Amino acid sequence: MSQSVARRTVTVTNEQGLHARPAYLLASMAKEFDAKIEVVTDNERVDVTSILSTLTLGAEKGTELQLEAIGPDAVAALKALAELFEQGFPGGEKAQTTEQN
Amino acid sequence: MAIGEALVIDNEGFRIPRRFVSRDVVETELERLQTAIQSVGNEIGRNRDAISEQLGEQYGAIFAAHLQMLHDPNLQQELESLVRERQCSPEYAVSRVMQRYAKVFESLDSGHIAERAHDIRDIEKNLLRHLLGQRREELSNLTSPVIVLAHNLTPSETANLDPEFVQGFVTEIGGLGGHTAIVAEALAIPAIVGVGQFLSDVSGGEKVIIDGDLGRLILQPDEKTLNGYHQEAEQHRSFAEQLEELQELPAETLDGEQISLTANIEFPYEVNACISSGADGIGLYRTEFLYLGADSEPSEGIHFEAYSRVVQAMGELPVVFRTLDLGADKMGRDPHEDEDERNPFLGLRSIRLSLRNLPLFRTQLRAILRASALGNARVMFPLIATLPELRQAKMVLAELMEDLEEEGVPFDRSIQKGIMIEVPSAVMMIDRFAKEVDFVSIGTNDLIQYALAVDRSNKNVAELYRASDPSVLHLIDMTVQGAKRAAVPVSLCGQMSSNPKYTMLLLGLGLRGLSVPPMALPEIKKICRSVSIEQCQEIAERALEMDNARDVDSLLREELKKHAPEIIQC
Repeated sequence: MSQSVARRTVTVTNEQGLHARPAYLLASMAKEFDAKIEVVTDNERVDVTSILSTLTLGAEKGTELQLEAIGPDAVAALKALAELFEQGFPGGEKAQTTEQN
Repeated sequence: MAIGEALVIDNEGFRIPRRFVSRDVVETELERLQTAIQSVGNEIGRNRDAISEQLGEQYGAIFAAHLQMLHDPNLQQELESLVRERQCSPEYAVSRVMQRYAKVFESLDSGHIAERAHDIRDIEKNLLRHLLGQRREELSNLTSPVIVLAHNLTPSETANLDPEFVQGFVTEIGGLGGHTAIVAEALAIPAIVGVGQFLSDVSGGEKVIIDGDLGRLILQPDEKTLNGYHQEAEQHRSFAEQLEELQELPAETLDGEQISLTANIEFPYEVNACISSGADGIGLYRTEFLYLGADSEPSEGIHFEAYSRVVQAMGELPVVFRTLDLGADKMGRDPHEDEDERNPFLGLRSIRLSLRNLPLFRTQLRAILRASALGNARVMFPLIATLPELRQAKMVLAELMEDLEEEGVPFDRSIQKGIMIEVPSAVMMIDRFAKEVDFVSIGTNDLIQYALAVDRSNKNVAELYRASDPSVLHLIDMTVQGAKRAAVPVSLCGQMSSNPKYTMLLLGLGLRGLSVPPMALPEIKKICRSVSIEQCQEIAERALEMDNARDVDSLLREELKKHAPEIIQC
């Protein structure tokens, strides 16, 4: 199995930041892939499948995060996760504004 | 003072158990942890389904997030490694790891994420509930010495503590004069009540020190502190041994005045401590603890068995039975349940409760009367505020005597009847009361709270509760003078009598009878033997002239230092 590595920078766009629901959606999405996906900051690496660890980042709206995936489907995984960030984690408060558009 | 291993009881009465488990049970403990996680997971899953159905998927997602937190891979790994590698108990591991996450979340700037701390604590509580589910009773089944740390202990929980293993306890709430403190004193358990919040800093199993003299709880003491306290414990022991030598000697002042030192007890077994401390009798037998330990109202037989044990053990010496003195606080009942009892200290308690529940009152009085055939029993009615109350209580007693006579059951026809002076109204009417009783006993705990209008268990006002307030001293003075005019014996029970600081003052006010917890008796005796009545009278005269409690306190401290410097001041 090829251990490809992918990196991508994402921005938290939803109003309330990376709170429980977004962290939940991230973790759920990450579990769909074989790749190990982490948020890399200056002083730690946080596994996205751990909702508690993601929450401890305390990322508010506008925060830039460096994602890194290692595994056969690394590129696809980051693409899917980046979409979640771009859409502002649909299903919650943001979803309603999307519907209005 | 006590040094020992901490046992933490949380807000809901859960015990947070010891920190470590032995190596050979690690695997079973891990299984227990997994079972608890599964059970909590099932509960959350059910909640999610129910909420999704009722309110829609978005709301159910909140619980989905909870579920993901519970099954978080990092959390699982942290818990497992604490149990497996550090041999922590699952309860300790859960409490430690979850507390840490909650604290991290709380420290975040983002409000929405910080609020997730609630979720974490919720999950923690649920896990502990499952882990501890079957073990809540363990407090009464201790097998090793511990110091109990709790948010609050009810008087009945305190009464059920096993003095053999509970070396001391500390609570976050409660006041100095409260009943929990009194029960602790009776059990001779060092305790500090109402120190404020500290439980978030302990997990159980670590070494702690209770310094009762300073009212301090020391968590994680260093080596030096620990040694200091070990030394002090040694000094306490040797002083106690010296006091024991006083046991056979009378409580006689330097100028030859005999003081009657009797004991306050709650439990029949304390009678041994009374005898070994050389008490002149039992001046206050708090009978309500029979009611607190039991699930149902005790029968006459249960009362009689307890009372006769005490009376027989004391032989010729008097045993004063105080009838039921329960209030809502001691019953452990929630006063909020009853609209009318929102102010329990001014509500249906004590003699009022007895006179309103005559079958209950009669059961107790019959048992006291029957015990009077076996020794020197006396009966005392608490919280008497008016003469009609006293007369009614005496009438119930007289009727029971007739019944017993008819039934041919033996009892003491001339049993002495007395009242507690605890309500200022009774002090004002002392001359009239004294004509209708055989003795009076001043109950300072309630007298102080009613005179100064202070709820002694309310820490917002607890510091206003001062035994040394001149108004209290005048109330005592009036009572003693009134009783003397009628030639009725007067004594004083309540915590004031057991604090060596007040002994000289009380003798100076004319009291010749003090009833104190058995533990305090040798110390009070030592003071009686070190002073003359003349000195005491001078102190009392000066104190009665003062206009505030602080001045009285400093006078008393100074005099105690002068006359009995070896007494350890608390």
